[in-house]
Amino acid sequence: MSLIDILSVLAATIRLATPLILATLGGLFSERAGVIALGLEGMMLAASFAAASIATITGSPWLGLAAGMGVSMTISLIHGFASVTQRGDQVVSGMALNILVAGLCPTLGLAWFHLGGQTPALEHGQRFMPIVLPLADSLADVPLLGPVWNILIGGHNLIVYLAILLLPLSAWLLYRTAFGLRVRAVGENPHAVDAAGLSVAGLRYGALAVSGMLVGLAGADLSIAEGAGFGRDMTAGRGYVALAALIFGKWRPAPAFAACLLFAFCDALQVRLQGVALPIMGVVPVQMVEALPYLLTVFLLAGFVGSARAPHAIGVPFVKTR
Amino acid sequence: MGIGFDGMSRRSFGRAVAGTAAAGFAGLGPWRVALAATFEPALIYDYGGKFDRSFNQAAYDGAERFKKETGLTYREFEITNESQREQSMLQLAKRGAALIVGVGFGHQAAMTKVATQYPKVRFTIIDAVVDLPNVQSIVFREQECCFLVGMIAALTSKTGKVGFVGGMDVPLIRRFAAGYAQGAKFARPDVEVLQTMTGTTVSAWNDPARGSELARSQFDRGADVVFAAAGATGLGVLQAAADAKKFSIGCDSNQNALHPGSVLTSMVKRVDVATYNAMMAAKDDKWQAGTLSLGLKDDGLDYAIDDNNRSLITPEIKARVDQAKADIIAGRIVPIDVAAQ
Repeated sequence: MSLIDILSVLAATIRLATPLILATLGGLFSERAGVIALGLEGMMLAASFAAASIATITGSPWLGLAAGMGVSMTISLIHGFASVTQRGDQVVSGMALNILVAGLCPTLGLAWFHLGGQTPALEHGQRFMPIVLPLADSLADVPLLGPVWNILIGGHNLIVYLAILLLPLSAWLLYRTAFGLRVRAVGENPHAVDAAGLSVAGLRYGALAVSGMLVGLAGADLSIAEGAGFGRDMTAGRGYVALAALIFGKWRPAPAFAACLLFAFCDALQVRLQGVALPIMGVVPVQMVEALPYLLTVFLLAGFVGSARAPHAIGVPFVKTR
Repeated sequence: MGIGFDGMSRRSFGRAVAGTAAAGFAGLGPWRVALAATFEPALIYDYGGKFDRSFNQAAYDGAERFKKETGLTYREFEITNESQREQSMLQLAKRGAALIVGVGFGHQAAMTKVATQYPKVRFTIIDAVVDLPNVQSIVFREQECCFLVGMIAALTSKTGKVGFVGGMDVPLIRRFAAGYAQGAKFARPDVEVLQTMTGTTVSAWNDPARGSELARSQFDRGADVVFAAAGATGLGVLQAAADAKKFSIGCDSNQNALHPGSVLTSMVKRVDVATYNAMMAAKDDKWQAGTLSLGLKDDGLDYAIDDNNRSLITPEIKARVDQAKADIIAGRIVPIDVAAQ
């Protein structure tokens, strides 16, 4: 593999990891506050639909992004209403929302755009296009630095850079602020938080709102940045992968981020390795290459990760003690 | 039990006599019995859904044409998981659908089972062969048309590398890939053909984001024309090509209009005509079980030229491709069918 090959696999890793990172961060806030984030898939799908629809209608990707985040947040809060206020089963609520969204989006799309549940393909001005960094042209001929600057660091869309910024920001919010401390406390021991005179429900709703916005970005990335329009079930299980990354990363931002990168890297590698003759092994069968991410996950889970401990109060509705 | 058995046998005996009599009078085969007052065929789509702008949508277009021309309605079902194939087919057979069209090779196993269970219901399957007396199997010789679009790709490519993105590593898609590669090499022996498959699960046919990524990876490796045979995933491939200012080739339906100037041509598989013909034939009592193989000769396949791509294909390329088309029809060139081997 040449340098360009390696760089383009890494660049593909970044692109594929972006929706996963954002959804995982969203899931992190929700789960650390004690609410199971099973609705990630639905929130992401709804956000991608809303973003694509609004971008189509208004022609502005910014309004599309706002709509995506807004819709995702609304769904997150509905999940909150079911599981925090009504103390319902969080797994049921999450799955119900996923199924609802999977059916509702194409139905609304069909009614609004008459394209069989898809949204029209977006023009360049209606999407977040890859950003060409300054100096791209003058560095293009410089060995090593040129390709690294242009392929790996540059040439991604806005949401990719946002995701990379939001990772330390989320970690800071969760570990260095009063809000973050309370969110984590409410996921471990809500009774203590309640005893301290804070609202358990309020904190959980707050965390779910943050979660919704982050997942909304992930959905918008799929439909108005990387992609150009909404299609039925276009998230293709990424919400569940994000949930797996969260558990894999033991509910901590940095390890979860690493897990997202690992999944994305396997994916990118899988794309690249198909039909390529490797030294010694020759051409690896497609099925083998496609099984790689799963094999690696099992291998790592079995050998290296150790036990993962979930937030103590996760999935348990809070009932005030007297 | 004796009474029940008696009643049953007498009733079915009566029906059999009526059937034979009707067939004898009209000379139209035993299907007459199944024809109730209203003729209502049914359609079961495969993954990707009826609006994938590709394979399933072609079947939908055919059914819509039938509906428009005859004024008759049809039932339809979009599957979302594997078990629904058999369930929906059983339901439709039970309710006495006049003809059940299974769109896609995935229905093969379910149809084999249900068609055996309901020997009086007519079934048509597209893209697979079910060898039963009440099943009509329609298969396409995709390799013939893929050969032609492979030639167009190779002759248009400036880098000498062309790409193929398939949905899943299954015989049908391998047939597409092999025909494409053979055509590309025929037109230009030094051409390099890159091949990638999307995945192994259902979402492989419905993941445009992944399609984009696969196409970009091929562009990074030097390809400048990419052919997508991956259902709705292909929409992402076409999008990525348009974004990167490269060429793409659409599949199944005419996708030239999706990104004019970037979609070089489309390998059009007349699933619409096949669906329409099957429904019309069943309505007119001319439907016959057996295997129909459609190719360039039968107008079952073609590459699409319209206002969106006329300027992209030079007259020289068109002349060479049309010559090859005539040669294939005449049997002078034989594209390999890897799936049959």
